[in-house]
Amino acid sequence: MDYLKRKKINQASAFWILKIMSVVVVAMLFWILGFILVNGFQVISWDFLTKMPEDGMTKGGIYPAIIGTLCLTVGSMIFAFPIGVLSGIYLNEYAGKGWLVRLIRTMTNNLGSIPSIVFGLFGMSLFVNTMGFGDSIIAGSLTLGLLALPVVIRTTEEALKQIDNSYRLGSLALGATKLQTVVKVVLPMAFPNIITGLILSIGRVSGETAPIMFTAVAYFLPMLPSSIFDQVMALPYHLYVISTSGTDIEASRAMAYGTAFVLIMIVLILNLCANALRRYFSNKVKTN
Amino acid sequence: MKKMFRGKKYFIEALWEGLLKISGSVTSIIIILIVLFLFSEGMGLFKKNVIEEGYVIAVNKNNPIKDLTPQQIKDVFDVKIETWKELGADVSGNQIVVLRLDDIPNYFPEEEIAEDMSNLPQIISQILDDNPGMIAFVPKDFTQTNFTGKILDLGNINFKDFFGGKEWFPTAQPAHQFGVIPIVMGTLWVSLGAILIALPFGLAVAIYSAELASKAVHKVLKPIIELLAGIPSVVYGFFGLVVIVPLIQKTFNLDVGETGLAGSIVLAIMALPTIITIAEDALRSTPRAMKEASLALGANKWQTIVKVTIPYSISGITAGVVLGIGRAIGETMAVLMVTGNAAVIPHTLLEPVRTIPATIAAELGEAPKGGAHYEALFVLGCILFVITLLINLTVEYISYRNKNKVA
Amino acid sequence: MYNIDVKNLNFYYGDFHALKDISMSIGKNSVTAFIGPSGCGKSTFLRLFNRMNDLIPDIKMTGEVNIDGRNIYSKDILVDELRKEVGMVFQKPNPFPKSIFENVAYGLRVNGEKNKKVIEDRVVESLKGAALWEEVKDKLKKSAFELSGGQQQRLCIARALAIAPKIILMDEPASALDPLSTLKIEELIFQLKNDYTIVIVTHNMQQAARVSDKTAFFYLGELIEYDATEKIFTNPSIESTQNYITGRFG
Repeated sequence: MDYLKRKKINQASAFWILKIMSVVVVAMLFWILGFILVNGFQVISWDFLTKMPEDGMTKGGIYPAIIGTLCLTVGSMIFAFPIGVLSGIYLNEYAGKGWLVRLIRTMTNNLGSIPSIVFGLFGMSLFVNTMGFGDSIIAGSLTLGLLALPVVIRTTEEALKQIDNSYRLGSLALGATKLQTVVKVVLPMAFPNIITGLILSIGRVSGETAPIMFTAVAYFLPMLPSSIFDQVMALPYHLYVISTSGTDIEASRAMAYGTAFVLIMIVLILNLCANALRRYFSNKVKTN
Repeated sequence: MKKMFRGKKYFIEALWEGLLKISGSVTSIIIILIVLFLFSEGMGLFKKNVIEEGYVIAVNKNNPIKDLTPQQIKDVFDVKIETWKELGADVSGNQIVVLRLDDIPNYFPEEEIAEDMSNLPQIISQILDDNPGMIAFVPKDFTQTNFTGKILDLGNINFKDFFGGKEWFPTAQPAHQFGVIPIVMGTLWVSLGAILIALPFGLAVAIYSAELASKAVHKVLKPIIELLAGIPSVVYGFFGLVVIVPLIQKTFNLDVGETGLAGSIVLAIMALPTIITIAEDALRSTPRAMKEASLALGANKWQTIVKVTIPYSISGITAGVVLGIGRAIGETMAVLMVTGNAAVIPHTLLEPVRTIPATIAAELGEAPKGGAHYEALFVLGCILFVITLLINLTVEYISYRNKNKVA
Repeated sequence: MYNIDVKNLNFYYGDFHALKDISMSIGKNSVTAFIGPSGCGKSTFLRLFNRMNDLIPDIKMTGEVNIDGRNIYSKDILVDELRKEVGMVFQKPNPFPKSIFENVAYGLRVNGEKNKKVIEDRVVESLKGAALWEEVKDKLKKSAFELSGGQQQRLCIARALAIAPKIILMDEPASALDPLSTLKIEELIFQLKNDYTIVIVTHNMQQAARVSDKTAFFYLGELIEYDATEKIFTNPSIESTQNYITGRFG
């Protein structure tokens, strides 16, 4: 009987500890989010989002950084989406189970785990120096695209994996070719999951700093880029700069809160969009 | 007619398949390119002279000394080493006298130095001849003609100095100090600290979420963890800088709050989502039959978790933790912003430290392209690449073995 | 005096009425078989006896399940203790990823037994009781996964025996096994009857006929007929029982 009691107490205390630790983690997140959202919200205004930085980036807005991040993100997606989705289709639909595919899959996983700063080094060496793009939108976009590629591939593969094989067999049995089966049956079914995955990868790319530090961004630019070979400002780098090495760090703190706010909102909105899409599509499937 | 149609159809299929194959191989090509570029830039370092480009180290012609390590050169010119005996050479007078170009007027009347410095080679030769204990750091150009001193052949920067060097001071004169030990140690300390903090919390949340949480709680917890994973690292760094750094400074009564500990805490928060997600998936993969068997034998829920669920999913949990470590080691911006970036071998987590990625990010902008410093940063990139590769292969091995075990 | 006594039991999964007003008594040291088509509620009913259904969210239950005269669903019952008294063997062999020895010792350890000698003796005894000892005595330290399916299932029986239960519940224990292994399990059930009360759910009517003393036929959540096995299989009093047994549906 004594042991039973001890067993019960052990369990109860263990569960309490687990609960408390979980609460700590969640509280931590709310602290981070709350801290930045509350401090940042006071800074946000229409002017902040649409004006140039002024007074050594201690006043004014972050317009060029927003535009820069937009350019870089869109550029990287133009590169990563098609190649990544095609690659995912290849891996799941066409590739067999041989050593070559295992190797490709290992390579994809490895690419996904390479630190972003290494992508920065590589992008600088290849795109900026060897190919002669200089610090530019195109060099930064390509570097970011490489970083996004494994995410896109994995997302596509996972989405395709969830489609039951019977649909493929059904289509093939009706005389459809493999291409027709993939395009007309498998892809439309996997589309919701692919698209939500892609949206989440946009969030990841837009917040990256290390890969663009030496391939695309400038500390401060008084004008907007006019071609893909121009340097740009970018939100994450802007936040880094004004919070660690600006002309007057204390004076630019407000700008930093505002920039962090915008960065978090981008991720938050993209996450909400992805979740909403997921729900929308799953309802649609149910009603069908 | 029919045949033609079939031919066209076949052609499109083949074209499509070719296109897919090319896309499929893109990642492999990129990895090969990364290796190629990183290593070719990095290996250039080991073809560079120990001494700054265009300069030489010269001594009196009777000086028996043959070789000096970069560390010794730095110590000599910083006057940390003051006698030749310490360098293992027997020189009359024993005392080391350092000569830089600026010092020449101390030994030679300034008026007699020619306007175009054409007589500098002779002057340097003469000063060296007069001082048996002298060591000079002078431009190579001044030692080409009629030079009577002994120029030390110090060779190229070698692996031993790089991987065994205890000092990272890339802009040091006359010899760059490219010792990676403090940076590697800094990386390990910060990552280790991070994992020690993240592991218990990550596991706790994973167990809670997988085994205890009701559906409603789980529905709230999951998107929060996803969001935590999505926040850009620079935002974590900013939060660390304005909240955690001052907190540490105050708590431990330090001069600066930018410490390894600050880095560890921020990294721990950032590694949490990886650990939680993967560990939770692993815990959930434990077959229900296994848990029921345990409960049916009179074990309670906690005993079942400890004795059945965790052992069963241990390889998945390990994979999550290893990937978390990988993420911590490779993380750049957050660490750069909160660790203080002092390239010294850390003794406690309450000192400023510097990690490999932070070093690259902080210094690449100032390193002239193609120079030794630039190449040294690429070697750091190579090290980082190899570490993450090893970590990833470990994880893959673990999950591969796991798959076989279950089957 | 009956060992298990169920009174007016109703059970719901959400809105689904899974068991409808069932009353039944099961005697000591006997083998009782539950038969019926898939989804008839026989497994759900079995899992009530060791409160295994507690784990499922969104369930509701009315009525009583008494074991040795105590209602096991009353508040003062400790579920862990109950499960020590009522052992269970599952459909698929589900040994833990541990050694053969540790699998059998598990129940003793989680119930607080620390004495090494006692544990060792109980493990040997249980393995003998499950007719597995001769086959595994030289490889007790080996992983349980190295055993064949039939051996694994007998290991699971040994595991259940180790904590000295009074009742053993078997949920289609042979459905995942080959005929030879099935035969061994059936022989074992026959032996165990002397010391334990056994309740077995099965799809296999020959099996029910071979091993059980009494048989209960379930259909759509109702207990249709419950009688001596011989009577059920030779002269059932209800038509649907007869239809099922003769293979006309199910």
